[in-house]
Amino acid sequence: MNSEEKLVYMANQIARNIAPSGAGEAAEAVADHIAHFWDPRMKQMIFAHINAGSTDLSPSALAGLKLLRTQDASGQSSAG
Amino acid sequence: MGYEPQADFGTPEAKGAPVTLTIDGQSVTVPAGSTVMRAAAEANTFIPKLCATDSVKQFGSCRLCLVEIDGRRGTPASCTTPVEADMVVHTQTPRLQKLRKGVMELYISDHPLDCLTCAANGDCELQDQAGAVGLREVRYGYEGANHLDVSKDVSNPYFDFDPAKCIVCSRCVRACDEVQGTFALTIEGSGFGSKVSAGTGLDDFLSSECVSCGACVQACPTSTLQEKKVAEIGTPDRSVVTTCAYCGVGCTFRAEMRGEQLVRMVPWKDGKANRGHSCVKGRFAWGYAQHQDRITSPMIRERIDQPWREVSWEKALSHAASEIKRIQAKYGTRSTGGITSSRCTNEETFLVQKLVRAGFGNNNVDTCARVCHSPTGYGLKTTFGTSAGTQDFDSVMDADVILIIGANPTDAHPVFASRMKRRLREGAKLIIVDPRGIDLVRSPHIEAAHHLPLRPGTNVAVLTAMAHVIVTEGLADEAFIRERCDWDEYQDWAAFVSDPKRSPEAVEPLTKVPAEVLREAARLYATGGNGAIYYGLGVTEHSQGSSTVMAIANLAMATGNIGRPGVGVNPLRGQNNVQGACDMGSFPHELPGYRHISDTETRALFEGDWGVSLDSEPGMRIPNMLDAAVDGAFKAIYIQGEDILQSDPNTHHVAAGLAAMECVIVHDLFLNETANYAHIFLPGSTFLEKNGTFTNAERRIQLVRKVMTPMNGMEDWEVTQRLAQALGLDWNYTHPSQIMDEIARLTPSFAGVTFDRLDAEGSLQWPVNDKAPMGSPVMHIDGFVRGKGKFVVTDYVPTDEKTGPRYPLLLTTGRILSQYNVGAQTRRTENTAWHPEDRLEIHPVDAEDRGLRDGDWVRLASRSGETTLRALVTDRVAPGVVYTTFHHPATQANVVTSEYSDWATNCPEYKVTAVQVSASNGPTDWQEDYEALSERSRRIAHQEAAE
Repeated sequence: MNSEEKLVYMANQIARNIAPSGAGEAAEAVADHIAHFWDPRMKQMIFAHINAGSTDLSPSALAGLKLLRTQDASGQSSAG
Repeated sequence: MGYEPQADFGTPEAKGAPVTLTIDGQSVTVPAGSTVMRAAAEANTFIPKLCATDSVKQFGSCRLCLVEIDGRRGTPASCTTPVEADMVVHTQTPRLQKLRKGVMELYISDHPLDCLTCAANGDCELQDQAGAVGLREVRYGYEGANHLDVSKDVSNPYFDFDPAKCIVCSRCVRACDEVQGTFALTIEGSGFGSKVSAGTGLDDFLSSECVSCGACVQACPTSTLQEKKVAEIGTPDRSVVTTCAYCGVGCTFRAEMRGEQLVRMVPWKDGKANRGHSCVKGRFAWGYAQHQDRITSPMIRERIDQPWREVSWEKALSHAASEIKRIQAKYGTRSTGGITSSRCTNEETFLVQKLVRAGFGNNNVDTCARVCHSPTGYGLKTTFGTSAGTQDFDSVMDADVILIIGANPTDAHPVFASRMKRRLREGAKLIIVDPRGIDLVRSPHIEAAHHLPLRPGTNVAVLTAMAHVIVTEGLADEAFIRERCDWDEYQDWAAFVSDPKRSPEAVEPLTKVPAEVLREAARLYATGGNGAIYYGLGVTEHSQGSSTVMAIANLAMATGNIGRPGVGVNPLRGQNNVQGACDMGSFPHELPGYRHISDTETRALFEGDWGVSLDSEPGMRIPNMLDAAVDGAFKAIYIQGEDILQSDPNTHHVAAGLAAMECVIVHDLFLNETANYAHIFLPGSTFLEKNGTFTNAERRIQLVRKVMTPMNGMEDWEVTQRLAQALGLDWNYTHPSQIMDEIARLTPSFAGVTFDRLDAEGSLQWPVNDKAPMGSPVMHIDGFVRGKGKFVVTDYVPTDEKTGPRYPLLLTTGRILSQYNVGAQTRRTENTAWHPEDRLEIHPVDAEDRGLRDGDWVRLASRSGETTLRALVTDRVAPGVVYTTFHHPATQANVVTSEYSDWATNCPEYKVTAVQVSASNGPTDWQEDYEALSERSRRIAHQEAAE
């Protein structure tokens, strides 16, 4: 796996493990987790991947990352 | 201090109510249950003795410790006579003197009279007692039958056994039984023919079950069991108490010295982690500290294919600073980072993370806990609120049911294992969850009530099935949960685990654990009294490592097994200071004390103290740094005391990452494997050469005291400080105690810690603060640190590392008693006598299928790479599972391991790799290429050429 593929894998893995806590909360939990543990370069890479029209992210991973992107843009990320 | 032997009170300490008696006219008050010998010793009256020592129970065989007691007939042995109120004891009377002289005379009549040339001369209890009883002649002569010509057993690399000097007091046998719990020794024969035996066909120590813990050597009152180093160097003339630098048990030792030369390491009886016990590594395997491979001069080179050039410290450090600045100017601030070491002190680790945050200007700092216990930090912080175990080691003595999952304490944490075995011999029940039949499943006087031999990678399914049994059979502690935990979260979790698809029967096909065995184990844990869980890397090093830690926490909360002695969740930490390294802010998202870097208030605290602005974004973890390096975005790294090339997964990828960097600075004792890719080498100092503190697995902070001058001229914290100064930082620490003062100032859980207090108290367990000024042996007593305990739903998610036709077996890895992690230390000691190479354990059925025999060379291949090593055919592993250690770089077991990792922390999934095993006739291309690379890379140019 190259770095981008790894990030997609990691995001999907996080979403898959967090999902049982409830679908409604999953996106928020994914966003929160990535905000707390990923460095800026990793976040930029995965956002760029989404912007390029990714189809390999699971729905909850994608929802979480989109939420995080919005929070980052408005300076509201829980870790930032 | 000068040399004083450790006090020996003759028999163990008792715990009863106070009893007052009179000994030689002096009033003495001791706990009921004490012996007369102990009571006398407490009053500084040392009754002559030979077969008694306070590490083992009284035995009453030597008849030297006789006393007279008013109102009693005869001369009872003081070691077996319990104290009674108002008892009047006489320890010195003419009658006793005559009796003792007679006893000693008999002993000496069958003992070599070579005191002047004996290794124990001046440190021999037999010699001391002969003097104490006034023995001046031996009337029996030496011509009769004796044992003086019996040959010496020199098979053990660290100590000799000389039966000619043995007085058959059984102290060694009892120490092996009671202290170590191995039962390797026995007394063979009877009467005059009695002799200590290692109980094997060869009847030597090396081929016996002996684990070389040293308990027998310490217990021996003569020179019968004698350290070879004492024979070689002489008896010590001073001692310094310090802390072992091997595993997370954190044993304290007396480093016994003659001048600047270490003679022996003797476990310190007052050490609260080890209580006077030791293992083969801490006791004996310290020869690496003076090994010829030590690099003591800084070295640099432009490219990794060049030989090293020795340079001055000033040149090396200014070059390192200049390279970091150049790279940051060219590639940006975040193109650099550092790795702290769990083998270094808290103070050194604190400085490395401070250097990265305050000097490099980013949070790209990580530590080896990334590859071991990072899921513990995540899981226990999420559920309990603190990234640490809940108990002290003493707590195990109050446990009724011990559940071990993914840990092999007798190999990896042997001193604690001995304590655990003592409790098991007292009657505590044992449950083991492990794919392998580790020693504790069945060993002398120990047998697990239940062994759950699960398929690697199914921990969460097994633990959730245990939770299923506890909840559906009504075994949960509802009162505890209602009072201490979030009830709504519990109900959600209880509903989740109660689903029939999570029952033992439903998951048996994937876990391979018989449902009824699992049910019985769950019932025992929930209802057997105090339930204590101990776990290791077999829990954390999985794609669901963090989930497994949380599943363990769920079980403990559901059964009320938290917040008192005898219970709890206890991660057995791998390295001596992995807890401390994590405490000190070594993770890229946390400042010291586990406070997130994004927390403005915390950041402001550090910014105010350090006088710099800190990056508010998390930094990169080690695997992220390596990925970024391969991508060209990460260019320089400072690695203190960590060999990522050998220890981290997927060696090819680690090598590619390191090779892509422009400046790799390795700060270590030896030219390790990572140094093959380094441009700057800064020589490190051993734990014997520095001051500081380590924090063990029970959160116990203990002093490390310098016993000899660093061979390289500086302690590691001084090197980091010099690098920081070269980068322009105004650091002026003159002693590590000042660094600890800064840690305490900035970290609430360390608020009450100072070197002076540690010196006075011996150790302190964090949190140490106004609420707990004497520290916290047991946590979460009145409530969880986070408030209400949090139940987390942990669904089983199978690993993506799948077996299949090409890779049909599952490889799991671990370590062995005599070696330690990447082996950099232990491979440079005589411990190689026990483990000269990594072997692949394979079940006889799998070996037969492949035409392999024990000892054959085999090719071990995975999707990541392949290596070769020799096979060990054994039913310790289940069919379909193979196992190896990773102690030897020639094997490079991590060439095979995958890049899959824990979902929450990126802790590598070392414990599950799909592999194939086949016959081999030689090393792989990678092994040959790597050996050639290592040889080239380790060249050091002659001084003339260097200048």
